[in-house]
Amino acid sequence: MGQRPIFDGAPTSTSRLWTSGLALIGGGALWLFAFLLLPMVVLAVLAFAQRDEYGEIIWVLTTDNIWRVLGHSSLGWTADNLRIIVRSVEVAGATTLMCLLIGLPLAFWMAGRPRHERALWMALIMVPTCINLVIRTYAWMLMFGNNLPPAWMAQWLGILLPGEGLYPSGFAVYIGMISCMLPFTVLPLYTSVERLDWNIVEAARDLYAGPWRTFRHGVLSQIMPGVVAAVVLTAVPSLGMYVVSDLLGGAKFMLIGNYMQVQMTGSSDPPMAAMVGLALIIVCLVGLAAMYRFGGKASGSPL
Amino acid sequence: MKQSPWIVTVAMLGLALLYVPLLVVAVMSFNATRHGQTWGGFTFDWYLRLFSNGDIGAAFMNSMLVAFASTLIATLLGTLLAIGMRRLPLRPRGRLTADVLMNLPTVTPDILLAAALVVAFGVFRQFSGMFSPGLTTLIIGHVTFEISFVAVVVASRLQAIGREQFEAARDLYASTWVAWWKVILPQLAPGIVAGALLAFTLSLDDFVVSFFISGPSSTTLPIIIYASVKRGVTPEIHALSTLMVLATMVIILGLVFLERRRAEPG
Repeated sequence: MGQRPIFDGAPTSTSRLWTSGLALIGGGALWLFAFLLLPMVVLAVLAFAQRDEYGEIIWVLTTDNIWRVLGHSSLGWTADNLRIIVRSVEVAGATTLMCLLIGLPLAFWMAGRPRHERALWMALIMVPTCINLVIRTYAWMLMFGNNLPPAWMAQWLGILLPGEGLYPSGFAVYIGMISCMLPFTVLPLYTSVERLDWNIVEAARDLYAGPWRTFRHGVLSQIMPGVVAAVVLTAVPSLGMYVVSDLLGGAKFMLIGNYMQVQMTGSSDPPMAAMVGLALIIVCLVGLAAMYRFGGKASGSPL
Repeated sequence: MKQSPWIVTVAMLGLALLYVPLLVVAVMSFNATRHGQTWGGFTFDWYLRLFSNGDIGAAFMNSMLVAFASTLIATLLGTLLAIGMRRLPLRPRGRLTADVLMNLPTVTPDILLAAALVVAFGVFRQFSGMFSPGLTTLIIGHVTFEISFVAVVVASRLQAIGREQFEAARDLYASTWVAWWKVILPQLAPGIVAGALLAFTLSLDDFVVSFFISGPSSTTLPIIIYASVKRGVTPEIHALSTLMVLATMVIILGLVFLERRRAEPG
């Protein structure tokens, strides 16, 4: 701050700009402080709190919760929680990979459409991100019901008994996750694919690079920021997902998100949920830092 | 640019993953069969029953109230946030940090916000009764995730308008206030409307945050749908889902075309 003179349409001073700017952002900044930052801090503190036998929170801090999340308790050690964590990482990883494999061709296809069509296709990719998650997931439950073509096919192949549906199952969760996350992969990929300099690709071909080397050095090196953004924007929400696994996976297919929901609302061990949440916050921040560091301009938000 | 057939195939597969299930729901909403998935003839019955269902009616009113109230607050705060950010005389590095901070809430997993709000409201409740689960907490939660989306949309519009016109207005002896009100704001309006529409659909379609912080008397449409999915779906839910999907599509597509018309010259 200070009285440094500055040009803002007319001569003014930095301190006046600071005053008016801060007055304008005041309301929103205060709101986000009170209802976003402060709650996150409370959550982080709760992660180290304890709970008495009646479920009341005791705000005496301890690091025991870290060990409890990893499966240690007064009754000994179980692998249940670790299984949930490993499964969540598996699901998030596989979802991200599949979304990239489907999303890249989709992004290239969109970028190859005539210019006036592209906004429409982009909108059609964006629409599902705004549609209620429960509806989208339920739609898959319906799709995978026992009396529609996907289940018929599985029954015919002998994977399912006659009359069985395709959910609840791990397969249904994977398909549901890919379907939910695909737009978050495609949008950043498309942003960088659209700006691709095809001259470089042609140069690579002219210099006798094979298809793989052309892709690796001509295409991938150019769209890398988009790929990084796509990976982060797909993997981080996948880790926190709980509606899809809740509805399509059944009680046996628990993910971190389901664990948080159960501990937060049901059997109520909020400090456990908070500890998992804290871990998720850290993963989220690391991912976003990576995205802003390597993702460059491609890290566009939905609009 | 020619494209190999497998690119087209995978692209179509991707689009099918997004839309085929929703189409199946829409088809089922016209199916006369009450249980199971066999086709029993075409009917509008489920749509008619939807409008005479009291629970759904109440949830609809709650959803609308929360969506309108939260959109109003978030649009005001988000727009001011975007404008204020532009006025701060930040250096490039500081500006980048500020932009990242403004973007951060749009990429936070919603379960984190939901869990944090549950805990925080639990603590806040000890100071004020307004934080007991209900419509107020719902509106507060929705505003929180909408502000950043509005701010991001408005900020990108501000960026597109540029500084020249503001400076020209100031050169012609308009005060800062008049320059903003008469020159910038009319051009900013479509961006503000777009931000508001986005906030509205986000609120209408939010499930995770609502599910965590709503109370028994503040059920919204997505929560009703979730509850009936858990209990066993009635065809009315297919009708309701189809209408909600349509509403979302109309709003988002409208928003894109609004933006495109502005972007085209002339």
